[in-house]
Amino acid sequence: MRFAVLYSGGKDSMLALLKAAEKEEVICLISMISKNKESYMFHTPNIEITKLQARALELPLIRRLTEGKKEEELKDLREAIRRAEEKFKIEGVVTGAVESVYQAERIQKICHELRLWCFNPLWKKDQEELLEETMRKGLKVIISGVFAYPLDKSWLGKQIDKEMIGKLVALQQEYGISPSGEGGEIETTVLDAPLFKKRIEIMDFNVESDGNSGVFQIRKARLTEK
Amino acid sequence: MILIVDMNYRKDSVGYYEFVLPIASSIKDLEEYTIRHYSELSRTDIDRYSRIILSGNALEDKQVLTQIEDFAWVGTCEKPVLGICAGMQAIGLIFGSPLKRCLEIGMTVIKVVKRNPLFFSSFKAYELHSYSIQPSEELDVLAESEKCPQAVKHKKKEIYGVLFHPEVRNREIIRRFMDL
Repeated sequence: MRFAVLYSGGKDSMLALLKAAEKEEVICLISMISKNKESYMFHTPNIEITKLQARALELPLIRRLTEGKKEEELKDLREAIRRAEEKFKIEGVVTGAVESVYQAERIQKICHELRLWCFNPLWKKDQEELLEETMRKGLKVIISGVFAYPLDKSWLGKQIDKEMIGKLVALQQEYGISPSGEGGEIETTVLDAPLFKKRIEIMDFNVESDGNSGVFQIRKARLTEK
Repeated sequence: MILIVDMNYRKDSVGYYEFVLPIASSIKDLEEYTIRHYSELSRTDIDRYSRIILSGNALEDKQVLTQIEDFAWVGTCEKPVLGICAGMQAIGLIFGSPLKRCLEIGMTVIKVVKRNPLFFSSFKAYELHSYSIQPSEELDVLAESEKCPQAVKHKKKEIYGVLFHPEVRNREIIRRFMDL
């Protein structure tokens, strides 16, 4: 089957892509660029980096801007998926949803309306296991956003490794935060992955933070040989 | 040993992660399990297991419903069986209950209509299906949504079907099935 992956540039959509590509054909990526920082569906820092990631994956990318207003943004997503169907003859959509029934339900409904298959290969996956699989599969992932106590700017731009997974799991036990960021506690950006033909090198960045909230904004990046 | 039956369109599909593994993770601390695709099961295989769970599958996946003869063993099975979503549809078809169009996606209120050991009062559950069943006289309806039957039980056997996905929300229902 031919699939499009809803791709935010973070670890979950990348891992979902890798799992889908092991079983079916991934034909293109779809990225929603939301103007609304509070969007439950799409907002993520560094969404612009998906252009470079698509080039690294050698996959076409459908980008669609959305105001990010509740339910209106779903019409924009529907339009982007419809375009992927028209242009690349996709038969289904893959997402990186793990726990969010809110997101899964809405995407399932859109796919059903368009008579497309929909799969969530990370669905209900244990979060520590998900982080460990990210490492096992050789993804290079950095923290590009923190949004919960006791996380702060010291986490921003750091690569997820075994030590960091240990720290995140400890924070889950102490403060109840979700280690893989399911509750929006952290956002991530993938700089390298097994299907990347080249890796992403960050040339310039900016850190904006205020207490327990902050983003690592990539201002300039390029593809380099692996 | 529990048998989890993979009801996806083919063995080793992308649906395995979403519809089979969450069931395995619901029971992993309770008892050992084996996962097999429905197309590779024989009657002899079934007899080796203490209880059986049939998984769900994707909304567009109708493959299993065109191969219902592969589930003839359910008709004579004396072990406890729990069919989830497509699993309930398959159980329904085996016991003479035709499919009935009923689209439900997302969290839905489930109302219990008959006393049973799996759930006791109204609750919300995650749904992902376009068909329910029209239960035959061999099946009791245990629960309903506003639109259609949500859970059934064979009148004489420990064979249950739930249309919603207890592996997504309400995992205690799977654990109670394990205690039957």
